[in-house]
Amino acid sequence: MSIPETNNQAYTYHPGELLPGLEGHISRGRFERVLRNGDFAVTAELAPPDSTDRNEVFEQAALFDGFVDAINATDGSGANCHMSSVVVCALLSYIGYSPIMQISCRDRNRIAIQGDLLGAGALSVCNVLALTGDDVSAGDHPEAKRVFDLDSISLITLIKQIRDEGSFLSGRTITNPPQMFVGTSINPFVPPVESRILQLEKKINAGADFIQTQYCFDMPMFKDFMSKAVDKGLTEKAFFLPGVGTLASARTARWIKNNVPGVHIPDSIFKRLEGAQDQKKEGQKICTELMQQVKEIEGVSGVHVMAYKQEECVAQMVQDSGVLGDRKPWSPKDEY
Amino acid sequence: MYRARLFASRHARAYEVIYNATSPVILSTLNIINKLTKGKLDKPITWSEKIVKGFLFDCQMCGNCVLSSTGMACPMNCPKTLRNGPCGGVRANGNCEVKPEMKCVWVEAWSGSEKMKNNLAIQEIQFAVDHSHRGSSAWIRLAKEDKQIT
Repeated sequence: MSIPETNNQAYTYHPGELLPGLEGHISRGRFERVLRNGDFAVTAELAPPDSTDRNEVFEQAALFDGFVDAINATDGSGANCHMSSVVVCALLSYIGYSPIMQISCRDRNRIAIQGDLLGAGALSVCNVLALTGDDVSAGDHPEAKRVFDLDSISLITLIKQIRDEGSFLSGRTITNPPQMFVGTSINPFVPPVESRILQLEKKINAGADFIQTQYCFDMPMFKDFMSKAVDKGLTEKAFFLPGVGTLASARTARWIKNNVPGVHIPDSIFKRLEGAQDQKKEGQKICTELMQQVKEIEGVSGVHVMAYKQEECVAQMVQDSGVLGDRKPWSPKDEY
Repeated sequence: MYRARLFASRHARAYEVIYNATSPVILSTLNIINKLTKGKLDKPITWSEKIVKGFLFDCQMCGNCVLSSTGMACPMNCPKTLRNGPCGGVRANGNCEVKPEMKCVWVEAWSGSEKMKNNLAIQEIQFAVDHSHRGSSAWIRLAKEDKQIT
């Protein structure tokens, strides 16, 4: 059936225009531009709502306006149900934000993931973060079937194939493949600690363009990891954005340490929190200081802020840290 | 068997020597058997592979065996069946996020790999499992393809 001439507009309508392509750039998104320009980038995590109200997404994103370059939309984080990351990213790119679509291997097989990548590409999503994903047992549906058809490295390989070879895994051609800037995560703080650098190398060899790390509270450990990455030349091949976070109190920190997989919090952080009069403020102060410290480390290109349930404090912390200098990241307010 | 599996990765070098010595023999024997019987013995061969590798490595018969590239620790025993390295949820004591009583398969794999002569094999990217091979014999498939058994 041919589309009536008069309705063609409806079929070619493109929400959230892509930026013009630049030489040497993979994607046509703003996030990659900031990094390649050598600016210190700030990304922040958005928790997709338990609702169908898209304004909840926009309200949360607006908290970051002017202080964040790209917004990570989590994909069923902690194995809990929320609005899908594909749709959160589509909504955000619709009004011009630069979202990072997290894909966890836990819930979807290779057929579903490839379909979502094309769908996201059609809605101008330019960045994707390949993750293994927390196990189903960590979340509110422990009885669910775990998929894990792919692992994070297979997922990076898949995204790269779609992008660079313009075909599905089966080899079938994709006309207009999605030009995704591919990231992944690394957790240098948990065993096997000595092998984590080799794992990072493997992820970068698979095609990771940027790296966002798990919560980084142990600065000496992270510095050691980064010096190994610099020695191996890995910081030349990918952009590094260590993850920093806020802890509401020593009690919360202890709960996270015991219940959230893979979070390493050293004793010094507990001591600081316990000794403070206002533990929440102290948690934010720690986060602000961590931002300043990671910026000084060789090979670090930005910082990733995960302020779960304290999203409204991100802008203030970024401002207090001064990591952006006098640069002001794009926000829809500049545009409309 | 969990203890046999841990033994394998902790003696990965010895297993590698045995494997390197025996695999060409097993491979060519299987190749000959396959030609002579035209696949009639596939079932008992698959069954014996299941028994042997099941005991030694807790083999799950994924049909995509990569043991020699994973420090002799079978990655299919990882609850997330990760084939390229550990997830970020490994516990401080090196045990699994999902099964706290079990050593992380990839902690075992990396330490096994370090003991092996070909300690770079673990750095090769293993693409996701081809599930159409599930339950079939990796030995027979590789013998037919005339490749090195892994």
